[in-house]
Formats: sequence, C-alpha cells, structure tokens
Amino acid sequence: MEIILSAAIGVLTASGVYLLLRPRTYQVIIGLSLLSYAVNLFIFSMGRLRVNAPPILEPGGVGDLSRYTDPVPQALVLTAIVIGFAMTALFLVVLLASRGFTGTDHVDGREQRSD
Amino acid sequence: MTDWLHHLMILPILLPLMVGAAMIPIDERNRMAKGVMGFVSTLALFVLSMVLMRASASTEGFLAGTSVYQLGNWPAPFGIVLVLDRLSALMLCLTSGLALAAQVYSIARWHTAGHHFHSLFQLLIAGLNGAFLTGDLFNLFVFFEIMLAASYGLLLHGSGPLRVKAGLHYVAINLAASSLFLIGVSLIYGATGTLNMADLAVKLATISPENRQMVEVGAGVLGVAFLVKAGMWPLSFWLPTAYSAATPPVAAVFAVLTKVGIYVILRLSLLVFGANAGVSAGFGQTLLVVGGMLTIAFGAIGVLASQAMARLAAYSVLVSSGTLMAAIGLGHSSMIAGALFYLVSSTLTISAFFLLIELVERGRDAGADVLAVTMEAYGDADEDEEVDEAGAAIPGTMAVLGLCFCLCALLLAGLPPLSGFVAKFAILSGLFGLSGPEAAPAISAADWTYVTLLILSGLSAMIAMNRVGIRTFWASIENTVPRVFVIEIAPVVVLLGACIFLSLQAGPTMHYMQATADSLLDPSGYTQRVLRAPRAGGQ
Repeated sequence: MEIILSAAIGVLTASGVYLLLRPRTYQVIIGLSLLSYAVNLFIFSMGRLRVNAPPILEPGGVGDLSRYTDPVPQALVLTAIVIGFAMTALFLVVLLASRGFTGTDHVDGREQRSD
Repeated sequence: MTDWLHHLMILPILLPLMVGAAMIPIDERNRMAKGVMGFVSTLALFVLSMVLMRASASTEGFLAGTSVYQLGNWPAPFGIVLVLDRLSALMLCLTSGLALAAQVYSIARWHTAGHHFHSLFQLLIAGLNGAFLTGDLFNLFVFFEIMLAASYGLLLHGSGPLRVKAGLHYVAINLAASSLFLIGVSLIYGATGTLNMADLAVKLATISPENRQMVEVGAGVLGVAFLVKAGMWPLSFWLPTAYSAATPPVAAVFAVLTKVGIYVILRLSLLVFGANAGVSAGFGQTLLVVGGMLTIAFGAIGVLASQAMARLAAYSVLVSSGTLMAAIGLGHSSMIAGALFYLVSSTLTISAFFLLIELVERGRDAGADVLAVTMEAYGDADEDEEVDEAGAAIPGTMAVLGLCFCLCALLLAGLPPLSGFVAKFAILSGLFGLSGPEAAPAISAADWTYVTLLILSGLSAMIAMNRVGIRTFWASIENTVPRVFVIEIAPVVVLLGACIFLSLQAGPTMHYMQATADSLLDPSGYTQRVLRAPRAGGQ
C-alpha cells in the first residue's frame, strides 16, 4: 500500500509540475489541480497509513490508541480540499478574463513568434 | 477581573470579517455608504491596535506582555491559540495604519473602478491580522489563504488587460506556493505531531535525529512558500509587474503583504530555530543571507533600470525585503531591533510613494513617457470615470506634490534627517556592536558585503529618484497640473508625517523595538506563556 500511495503522489506531482510549466492557461490550471491532489494525499499520508482504523473514538474504546488512526491530518485535508477548490474556481475566472482580453490562451497574453 | 477585555484580542480579526461580509449585500450604487462603513471599521481597528500595542508593551494590567487567547477554550497544544505579543501588536498597528490611509485615498476615486472594493479590502485586513495573531501553523495557512483570496480580487480591481495578465501570474505562483506551504506543514506535523508553534519549539529540542531531518526538510519547504511572498530574488519576478499593475490604494496596502512573509520568517526562525533548538539552531540562515543580498542587488538594479515610477516603487519593495531577510539571516541579535525599525519605516514610505505616484502622473499624457508600461494601466480604462464629487482640489498642487516626492526620495535613499536614515543607522550600529550588550563582535566578510549593499542600494534609490524627479517636476514636457483632492493628498501627508514622527521620536521607538527584539530572542518566555495559559472560567 505504501508503494502505491507514494507512486500516486509522485506521479501526480510530476505531472502537475510539468503541466504548470506549460504555456497554455488550461494546462496550468490542470497542473495546479493535480498538484493539489498530490498535496492532499501527502497530508493524508503524514498521519501514517492505517487500514480499518476509524479516526473517531467508539463507545467503550477510549484509551486504546492502537485501534485508531490520527484524526488531525484528515481534518487538515478537508480544509485543504475546500480552499484548493475555491482557489481553482477563482483561477478559472481569471483565466477566462485573460482569454477575453487578449484573445489567446497563452499565459503571457500573446503567442511566441516562433512556436 | 476584567475578563471581557481579554476578548479584545480577537476583535482585529472579527471586526473586518463581519464588516466585510455585511457590505456584500449592499448595492454597489451605495458605494459611499460602503466606504464610510469601511472607514469607520478601519479607524476602529487602528485605535484598537494602538490600545493592544500599549497593553502588550506594559508589564502589568490586561494583556500585558505575551497574552494568549484560546479559541473554543481548549488549552494550547490541542486547541488553536491566538498570541498577542509586542511584535504582532506592532504589525497590527502598521497594517491598520496603512489600510486607513489607503482606504481614505480610495474613496476619492479608485473605489469606483470595480465591484466590492471595500468588502475585499476588509477581508484582506482580516486575513493579515489573523496571520499576525495566530500561534498555530495550519491556522496560519488558513489566514494566508483568506488574505491571498482577497488580494487576488483587489489586484484585479479596475480590470484591464495589464492587470488581468499580472493577476494571472500572481494567482498561479501563489497557488503553487500554497501547495508548498501545505507540504511543509504536513511534514512538520508528521515528524513532531504538533502544529502549535510554541509546542513545536519545545519538542524540537528533544527530537530523534531522523525526525529532526524531516522537520528541517519541512521547514525548508515552508520557508520557500514564505520567501515567495516576501519576494526573495529567484522567486520574485512576479512582484514588480503585479505591484505596478495594481491600482494605487491596493499597491499601497500590498506593501505590507511582503512583510507578512518577513514576519513569519522572523517569528519562526527565532522561535523554533532560536538559541534553544540544539543542533538545528540557526537553520537556514546562510540561505537567508545569500538570498537577501541577491534580492537587494536585484532590487537596486531594478530601481536604476525603471522608467516608470510604479515599477521603481515595486523594486523598492524588493530592496526593503532583501534588507530585512539578510538582517535576519546574519543572526546578530543586536540587529533585530534596527531591522524592526526599518520594517516599519520602509513600509510606510513605500505605501506613501505608491499613493503619490498616481497623483503625480495623473495630469500627464500617456505617450509622454519613454516607457508607457504603467501608463496603459492608468490611461484609457479609468479616465472616463466622473470624479467631481470628491471635494475641493488643493492649491499649489505641484509644490505640495514635489515636497512629498522629496520626502519619499529622502526616506527611500535613507538620507538624514528622516527615519530611513535612522533605520539604516540602527541596523549598522547593531552590526558593528556599537549599541548591543556584547562588545564589538567579529565582523565577517558577509557582514561587510551586507554593509556595502545596504549603502549602494541607498545610492541607487537616490539616483533613480533624482532622475524621475527632475523629469517630472523640472523638465516636464507638458504643463498640465493634475487635479488633486484634499482626501487624496491627506493620506500621503499622514503616512509621510508618520515617518517624520518616527524620526523625531526615534529614541522611544527604538526602545520599544529593542524590547520587542529581546522578547523574540527569548523564546522560552513565549512558549511558557502559550503552553501554560490557564483556561477561561477556572480549570
């Protein structure tokens, strides 16, 4: 499970960074989204990976930490997802405004001469 | 027990948040009503932050020294806390002062350039104040995002191709930096199991070596996110374009945005990687010194190369950031007080300069300048606004503007007798051990390079300001005198007046800064106050 998760984070980050460096605004926004997925998984993994362990106490289970997983990263991920989603939506608006003003989807607002 | 007075601590966050939210449903046609609401709120904040600063500077009474506000009444490592100390009170005061000036300025004309200006402005202040007050790393992230979301809106205020393009770059780079912020925070949490800054400082002293490595990697990644905000050299290419494209009141308040990065770096490096950190003490200082100096050099060259005044001001922001970063990185405890003085003085100056630029350039023809980069921004799109409701124009316009410009030049270049000089002198005297408790520390090569760069950056600012000043005031091609209203020039005069006040009251101010530096250099005082704070209503 560790290998699958770390590979997923690695692939998402690498694709995200690659797309972030591309010249089209749409590629940039997809890159940022992939990067934020990778970050969310990464935060989640920082609470250590546990299978079949709930993050909240059950009645009668108080005191036995080995039966539970760390709830804090899950709360952090939730916050990060919400904020990331809002920021992506905002970026989309700026992207459309830029497209409207310049007539191109290049991040610099104009095409390179020898592309 | 004056228990309710304790709640004053959270008011700098709640008040702008609520006022900003309350303004949203009000129709845009009642812009003046929104402006007055915003003004009253910011004025109240300014008074409040003055009260908080006085309280935190006193040794007894309510909110004396370092005080802790437990959100939800949970004690420190488990719940989120707000911490008010001398440094955060100082930053609150600086922010609300700048915001007040920018807000008054905007009411004359600029708030008509788009929607929801005053709401966004209040939300920006809420985010800034939260970032200064919080004692929790993840909470810091949340306040950073509030601040950034509002700043995206404000940067785009007024619209136009130039601002949208600058905004696109600004949003993209800050979203990437936010990802780094999250990675850093989660690494630190994964290694230490805490997000509370005070608890982190305590735990780092007794951490296992492999976890220490993870914390240091996390702190490094986190540091990059803050350095993007602060504008360290290889991470700062977005800054001049974004700041010079923003509308003047927005640019004026953005001057304090870079200082948030500086504030967090100062706070965390002294608290977490301070003297008590064991092996990790002084982590990342070399990078700060080198990066800071490169930033000063880049900023100074940029200042010299700028044709348009707004770009000149934006590069001055970089010079100011670089000076502070290198001063923190050099790690002489005697320099911190001077650096804090410089922070306040340079931020006030740059804000005043951003406000002044538009007034000076207003009457000029867009084609008259050699490089009309910013002219485009100030030109067609905004010219058609009707502005005759703003009050009386001032007499002797050019004389007043010229005088303000001269003061800005003196302050930016750091020439006597104004506070720019006092600030640089305080930094240098701290460096050479003229005023500190320890007698004349050894001066390293890095120190000499810093001194040279600091003085050269002043020289380049002087040359650039002279050139721009002569071209604008003495050798101006056309003789149009801009129409400037009292409520537009008043904020500039007040900000510059604050700098003059700082120069006149340099003694007491330095005394406050020294006490602030002393409390920062003794992290155990901070950690004990935070971790041992009693819960409200008895145990």
